[in-house]
Amino acid sequence: MRAFDYRRAGDRAEALSIARTETARYLGGGTNLVDLMRQNIEAPAALVDVSRLPGLIEDTPTGGLMIGAAVRNSVVAAHPAVRARYPMLSRAILAGASAQIRNMATVGGNILQRTRCAYFYDAAGSHCNKREPGAGCDAIEGFNRYHAIFGASEHCIATHPSDMCVALAALGATVHLAGAGGERNVPLLDLHRLPGDHPEIETILRPGELITAIELAPSEAAANSGYRKVRDRSSYAFALVSVAAGLGLAAGKIEDVRIAMGGVAAKPWRAARAEQVLRGQVPTRERFREAADTELAAAKAFDGNEFKVELAKRTIVAMLSELAGTEA
Amino acid sequence: MAIVINGTEYPLPDDPRISLLDLLRERLGLTGTKLGCNQGGCGACTVIIDGTRVLSCLTLAVQADGREVWTIEGLAAKDGQLHPLQQAFIEHDGLQCGYCTPGQICSAIAMVEELRRGDPSYVTADLTEGPMGATRHEIRERMSGNLCRCGAHNGIVEAIEEIMAGGAA
Amino acid sequence: MSKLQNAIVGGVRTAMSYVPSSWLPGGKPDPLIERRVTLGTQQSRLDGPDKVRGSSRFAAEVPMERLLYAACVHSTIARGRISEIDVSSAEAAPGVVLVMTHRNAPKMALPPPIGLANLKAAGNNILPVMQDPEIRWNGQAVAVVLAETQEQADHAASLVKASYESVAARTRFEDAKADARTPDSLMIERNRLKKGDVQAAFRRAVRSVDATYRTPWHNHNPIEPNSATIAWNGDRLIVHDATQMLNGTAGSLAKVFGIKETQVHVSSPFVGGGFGGKALWDYQILGAAAAKLAGRPVRIVLSRAGMHRLIGGRSPTEQRVALAADADGKLMGLIHHGFSVKPPHSVCDEAFTLTSRSLYASASFDVVQHTLDLDVLANTFMRAPGEAVGTFAIECAMDELAHGLGMDPIELRRRNVADCDPVTGTPHSQSDLMLAYDLGAKRFGWNRRAATPRSRKDNEWLLGMGCATGSFPYARMPGMSARITIDGDGQATVSSAAHEMGVGTATVQRQHAADRLGLPLERVTVRIGDTSLPFGSFAGGSSQTASLGAAINAASGKLASELLRLAGNDTPLAGLKVGEIEFANGGLRKIDDQSRHESFVSILKRAARREVSVSGESGAPLEMLKFSMHSRSAIFCELRVSEVTGEVRVDRLVGCFDCGRILNPKTAASQFRGGMIMGIGMALTEETLFDERTGRIMSASIADYHVPVHLDVPDIDVLWTDIPDPRTPMGARGIGEIGITGVAAAIANAAFNATGKRVRELPLTPDKFLFA
Ligand SMILES: Cc1cc2nc3c(=O)[nH]c(=O)nc-3n(C[C@H](O)[C@H](O)[C@H](O)COP(=O)(O)OP(=O)(O)OC[C@H]3O[C@@H](n4cnc5c(N)ncnc54)[C@H](O)[C@@H]3O)c2cc1C
Ligand code: SF4
Ligand code: FES
Ligand code: FES
Repeated sequence: MRAFDYRRAGDRAEALSIARTETARYLGGGTNLVDLMRQNIEAPAALVDVSRLPGLIEDTPTGGLMIGAAVRNSVVAAHPAVRARYPMLSRAILAGASAQIRNMATVGGNILQRTRCAYFYDAAGSHCNKREPGAGCDAIEGFNRYHAIFGASEHCIATHPSDMCVALAALGATVHLAGAGGERNVPLLDLHRLPGDHPEIETILRPGELITAIELAPSEAAANSGYRKVRDRSSYAFALVSVAAGLGLAAGKIEDVRIAMGGVAAKPWRAARAEQVLRGQVPTRERFREAADTELAAAKAFDGNEFKVELAKRTIVAMLSELAGTEA
Repeated sequence: MAIVINGTEYPLPDDPRISLLDLLRERLGLTGTKLGCNQGGCGACTVIIDGTRVLSCLTLAVQADGREVWTIEGLAAKDGQLHPLQQAFIEHDGLQCGYCTPGQICSAIAMVEELRRGDPSYVTADLTEGPMGATRHEIRERMSGNLCRCGAHNGIVEAIEEIMAGGAA
Repeated sequence: MSKLQNAIVGGVRTAMSYVPSSWLPGGKPDPLIERRVTLGTQQSRLDGPDKVRGSSRFAAEVPMERLLYAACVHSTIARGRISEIDVSSAEAAPGVVLVMTHRNAPKMALPPPIGLANLKAAGNNILPVMQDPEIRWNGQAVAVVLAETQEQADHAASLVKASYESVAARTRFEDAKADARTPDSLMIERNRLKKGDVQAAFRRAVRSVDATYRTPWHNHNPIEPNSATIAWNGDRLIVHDATQMLNGTAGSLAKVFGIKETQVHVSSPFVGGGFGGKALWDYQILGAAAAKLAGRPVRIVLSRAGMHRLIGGRSPTEQRVALAADADGKLMGLIHHGFSVKPPHSVCDEAFTLTSRSLYASASFDVVQHTLDLDVLANTFMRAPGEAVGTFAIECAMDELAHGLGMDPIELRRRNVADCDPVTGTPHSQSDLMLAYDLGAKRFGWNRRAATPRSRKDNEWLLGMGCATGSFPYARMPGMSARITIDGDGQATVSSAAHEMGVGTATVQRQHAADRLGLPLERVTVRIGDTSLPFGSFAGGSSQTASLGAAINAASGKLASELLRLAGNDTPLAGLKVGEIEFANGGLRKIDDQSRHESFVSILKRAARREVSVSGESGAPLEMLKFSMHSRSAIFCELRVSEVTGEVRVDRLVGCFDCGRILNPKTAASQFRGGMIMGIGMALTEETLFDERTGRIMSASIADYHVPVHLDVPDIDVLWTDIPDPRTPMGARGIGEIGITGVAAAIANAAFNATGKRVRELPLTPDKFLFA
């Protein structure tokens, strides 16, 4: 790890001003950034600690929820409003990492955590376009069990490892940002980029831009929602595939449905095609399967992750069946 | 800038690269907190900061400025009397090599509080319920961030159950 | 081992068969088998209180003045040479004191290899350490940086720029088969076994199976990293290490640095998990060399990635097992062939075929294994080397055969388990596998098992039960010594350079010494973990309890005669010979005459001695040649496999062990469970990802190498037959390794019972059952 300056921001304005003046990075819980700095993958000259900025969870005037970026993951998961109104978010967070890490990790940091691709992590000995543009990608013909089946490019096939973001994607969360040019809001779904020709550019954030909060809209489907994560070890392991889903039923038909997948792309993957198949339909296993088939038709797998296509379909069907109360 | 460790105040290191773990082990001689991976992958470095369990390897010491840190060395009473969970680990043979043990114990003490508060886990069936039962399943999920390579898991879970039943911790 | 060694072992065996067994060490059962007081009782581990307080000092925790911290730079190619190595920026970085490369490293000899014949050797990777620009595996250390803090050293290490001239490396298992070697022997057994007409057996068989099983690379991944704190004091080398081979490490480092063994002091009172991975590797040598160059003490703690690059793991295997049976399920033919990796610089045969030739009484055998030479870090011993993976193959094959025959898998074993060595006819010292099966089956509720696969279900979960045999040979090492000192207060101190890596060495040997010397527990102290103590063999092969036990036993004999001599004539013991006395009530007494007793205190006082001290040694383990000595177990598993995702969840494990007498049920149960949990890992999650394109390990962190977490570990029931082995000290055989054996097979067999799908390649990850 290269030496750096450490500054703790007292408030948002201070954070923005320090971050503007230096080649600085924001520091949340540090659970990803400190690790990456130790691996010589990141080497900022300064860290601006934003983990002590005021972090609240508050109702919005429209009946939604506003979650401050500095709120710890475990606090979000245990919050009564989240548990009652957005259970998929609680569960997604609780499916990630370990209790200790969730106690440290912030909402902002979780969203911006980087891929777990083993070649990306091996700064000394592997080729990786994300780390070093133009160096090549050792994963494409190497170990790619944890890699993408959607939206990959010939330059990078890595996945975004966050569980929390999968629920946020399904919920259609809005990310509040503040930067030199003022404040703006972007849908979480638009925040992360697919790799394309530039896998090193992972988000649409501008230099020095700070995530200040996440806003969740009120939703019927969110109250009847869940998260299912499939992994190689029963706990404390990243997802092979995960599914966040919510189902709003009215008069025996699907009125609102939200589905997103994790472990399948460089961003949380909203299953819009599957949702479209289901809207207005009677919830049956056959329909769920049809929806999953439709979504996964566009999947493109590699040698090490072909199984994910079927696994994703089954996990979608099982999750939706559970929410619909139909026999699994 | 200072940090309170087991009730004693210490100055923060000058180099912000120094992790809380390194501060404890290499500068303050508090080697009870263990280094297993330095990467967040094992839980051996677990300490309790302001009542919550965290990984000291991924905490920069400067991040803990003004916080109150408890480590394994601070758990026994002043007269040396072991904390009930430390005693229960011995009774139930919740250790072999003993290297993951301080992390397991610190983690479990904070976990018991989380359970009592009613914080849910991934395996909690109903998220809207109040405090959930301390089933083995719940304990196991919640302790999964502490690896033990010797395989003392059964004894660790029994020790935790014992102190929860006894109301201690 | 060479042909010559084969001949010697064979010769000794032939001679031995003419020697009556009562002449052999252990020929007369150890009287302690009958006379135990504290042995066999539950005792909490002695090191428990310090460990739960966090006050036990591990190797990287020893304070030293002027300490420097080391960081390694590793090669990124598998074969070739360093063409250029630029250390200037590293040297200029803040806090850096030294950068060592092959250009300035001191001259060092090759580390001597671990071998049964030389207990002063502990080398695993028999290659020159930083002596030339050659690169021999991907991950080899090419530079060591010393700095005032770990952060400075780590940062400077990232500034070292090495470039390489690569040559084609051999890194592919499949390709290496063309040049496979066939060693003459495996450990002390001949490799190639042919008995009877196997071809004919398969032609005549009513039922046969023939399948190939695969196991991946594994790494020990103890939670304590390999680490050492090292200092030179003039030409004396002091090493605080985490090791299972104290004297081996001292002897090896002496050879490497060209000094006398007595000039090397190795201390390792606690080891944070070993499992075979805490022996001599390049890091201690590099640390000592750098400390010598810098003239300051050095702490070297391997990073997790560093551990994967510098500490070898368990070789992958590909094993073919074929079984031929008659209509009654009796084995007519047994074939076990296969491959594992063993480069010439490795010392470890992954002897996976040994169980197959000792467990079941087949009418014919064809057994042989081959080794592959790759450009890799040496493979090494990992908990139950050979047996852990060997039992996976043979015990899955037995399950497949039982299924084919429509026979209960336990019944198939009952019909085939050998009552002596099936190849040589050598008698067992003690063995009752079927009792273990019967006790275990009852505890487990085996009668609830549905014989037809895929017949029990709970929502999306398919339920299954399976069983398998575990096996591990008995071993006792010669040359282990122990000193017993009795002081004027009648307190005994037993000391030996033995090892504590979580096994309860001091706890159990204190029980042993107390019973042996007729003392209450609290009057015995056991000191271990340091080469200043009497010579110890390694903690490996599950041999330490028996070896140290034999040494203490030998010392106690000498103690009796020394005390008798000191007692003189003015004693109730006057005129008695050693054979007529025994230890009792803190002294000696005449066997059969309780009144003729004198205490240690009184003997020493009269002799005007402050203490008496004697040493004894574990003699040649001739019993191992005279008898077929194996521990066995019956492992039972109940599990669930998700029909949706293919995830496997183990709900219950039961292990019933036939391992001789259990000395401390509390610590023994933990040892068994620990092994079984490593078996869960081996079955379900553990796999080192070796990239065959580059020879580089890609799962070089403990987040990527999945060891079981709490949620993977169910309640594990362990029980034992507790039948003493009349040929061993205390009637006990080793228990450290057998726990892992048979577990992967029991789990795979249960998964077959649940799903109807036979997966023959570990680990049993969800994708493998997705289409079950
Ligand atoms: C062993 C291990 C296992 C894990 N397993 C899982 C898992 O199963 N599932 C999962 O989802 N995650 C997992 N994680 C990852 C973990 O969830 C993330 O590390 C964590 O969420 C990051 O949050 P943080 O606050 O610590 O971020 P930091 O490390 O502090 O920061 C991460 C990034 O976010 C930036 N940042 C932080 N806050 C802001 C802000 N407000 N505005 C702008 N930029 C900001 C930082 O500059 C940095 O680039 C695991 C981590 C480890 C170490
Ligand atoms: S998949 Fe992406 S992150 Fe991984 S090696 Fe390729 S370019 Fe790098
Ligand atoms: S040392 Fe901190 S998690 Fe392993
Ligand atoms: S007791 Fe050794 S790692 Fe847990």
